Amino acid sequence: MNKVVSGPVAALQGLKDGMTLMLGGFGLCGIPENCIAELVRMNIKGLTCISNNAGVDEFGLGLLLQKRQIRKMISSYVGENALFEQLMLSGELEVDLIPQGSLAERCRAGGAGIPAFFTPAGHGTEVAEGKEVRVFNGKPHILESALTADFAIVKAWKGDHFGNLIYKGTARNFNPMMAMAGKITVAEVEELVEPGELDPNFIHTPGIFVQRIFQGEKYEKRIEQRTVRKRD
Amino acid sequence: MIRGQETLNLKREPLNLYNPMALDKNGIAKRIAQELRDGYYVNLGIGIPTLVANYIPEGIEVEFQSENGILGMGPFPFEGEEDADLINAGKQTITARPGACYFDSATSFAMIRGQHVHLTVLGAMEVSERGDIANWKIPGKMVKGMGGAMDLVASAENIIVAMMHANKAGESKLLPECSLPITGVGCVKRIVTELAVLDITPEGFKLIERAPGVSVEEIKALTAGRLVIEGEIPEMRI
Repeated sequence: MNKVVSGPVAALQGLKDGMTLMLGGFGLCGIPENCIAELVRMNIKGLTCISNNAGVDEFGLGLLLQKRQIRKMISSYVGENALFEQLMLSGELEVDLIPQGSLAERCRAGGAGIPAFFTPAGHGTEVAEGKEVRVFNGKPHILESALTADFAIVKAWKGDHFGNLIYKGTARNFNPMMAMAGKITVAEVEELVEPGELDPNFIHTPGIFVQRIFQGEKYEKRIEQRTVRKRD
Repeated sequence: MIRGQETLNLKREPLNLYNPMALDKNGIAKRIAQELRDGYYVNLGIGIPTLVANYIPEGIEVEFQSENGILGMGPFPFEGEEDADLINAGKQTITARPGACYFDSATSFAMIRGQHVHLTVLGAMEVSERGDIANWKIPGKMVKGMGGAMDLVASAENIIVAMMHANKAGESKLLPECSLPITGVGCVKRIVTELAVLDITPEGFKLIERAPGVSVEEIKALTAGRLVIEGEIPEMRI
C-alpha cells in the first residue's frame, strides 16, 4: 500500500471551504508547517480548526488567522496569539475553549469509535454548561463528545509509504490522536524512509490511520520560548 | 538525585512593595519544595511553580511531568543545544533526563486524570475559601484558555497553589468566592504566598505558617475570605 503523494498540493486535494480540520502540534512544536503554508496559498475559507493552540501571530495557524481563513477554533490555550485574542473578543472568530485533556481524549475517542465519555475535568465551570452530569464513585463528571475531522493534518519525524509514523520528542503531543480521527489523514514527515526501515516495535501511529503521506520540503521549527542555562 | 532546573537563570526580584519582609518568587518556590516527597511525580505549572524544581530537598528523588508529553524533564539546555522538538508546557526549551520518556497528549492526561501524578503546583488569579480556583479567564479582557489546568485540578489529589497574596491593585486574591470564572471546584488543598502558608478547611483559609518577619495582622489585612487562626502561628523555615 503506497500512500505517498508528491507534496502538500496533492495531500490536501479535496479540501474545501467550510471544512473541519484537525492540526497536530503543541505551540509551534510538531506542527505541519508545509500543509499550513499550502492552506494559506489555497486561501480556503470558513475553516473550523481543531488544534491545541492557534500558533503565534506570524507563524503556524496564526498565518491562517491573518488571512481570516478560520471561522471557528477549537483549542485549549491561545495565549500566545494577540490577533487571536482580538478576533475572539470582537466576535469575528468563534472559539470553543476546552480543557486540554478533554481535547486530547475527544480526538482519541473520535478515532476510536467512542461517541462520548465522562470526565471530571471542567465540572462546575463554564465548560460544563449544557452538558450532562453524572456521579461516578461519588464524584461528578461531565459528558464530552468525540471529535472527528474532514482532514486531520499531522506532522511526524519519520514515516514510510504504508503511513507508519514515528514522532520525535515532545513533537508527538496531539498528532497521534488526530491522526486517528480524520476522514482523510495527511501526514507530513521530516524523513520518508524505505518500507521496512522503521522498526515495527517502535511505530507510534500505525499506517492504517494515514491516507496520504509526503516528506516536507523544509522545516523551520521555530522555537517559541528559547530558554537556556549558562555553562558553569 | 534530581536537582531539577537548578541553574534557572532568573532574577531575584522583590515583588512585594508593601512588605519588604515578604518572600520573593524564589522564596515561595523554596517553601513549596518542602512539600515534595521521595518518589513523587510532580506537575509544575507556568511561572512561580516552575521555580520549585530549583529547590528539591536533599536526599529525595522526584520526576517532573509536563503535560505536553514528557516525564523526566530536566533543566533548560545549554545555549546552542536547544531542540525545537523538546519543550515543556510553557513552550520553553528543556532537556530530558536519563530515563525520561515521551508520550502523546491523551496518555499524558491519563497520567493526570488517572491520579498517577502525586502533586500539582499551579498559579492562580483567585482562590476561594472553599478551595475553588480561578486562573484561566478574565471576561471581556483576557482569554488565554485553560490549557491543562481544568484536567489537573479536577483530578489531582494534591494541589498546591503558588501565588501572590494580592493582585497588582493590592486586592486580596484569597476570597470568600471567586469573582472570575472558575477553573475547578473545591480542589485546592494548600496555598503558599509571599506572606503565608494556608490550608483550605471547611472553616475557610487556615493559617499554617507566616513568612519570616510577617505578622498575622498583615496576613489578616490581605485575606478577604474567612481566615482561621489557631494559637501561635509559626514562621516558615526557608
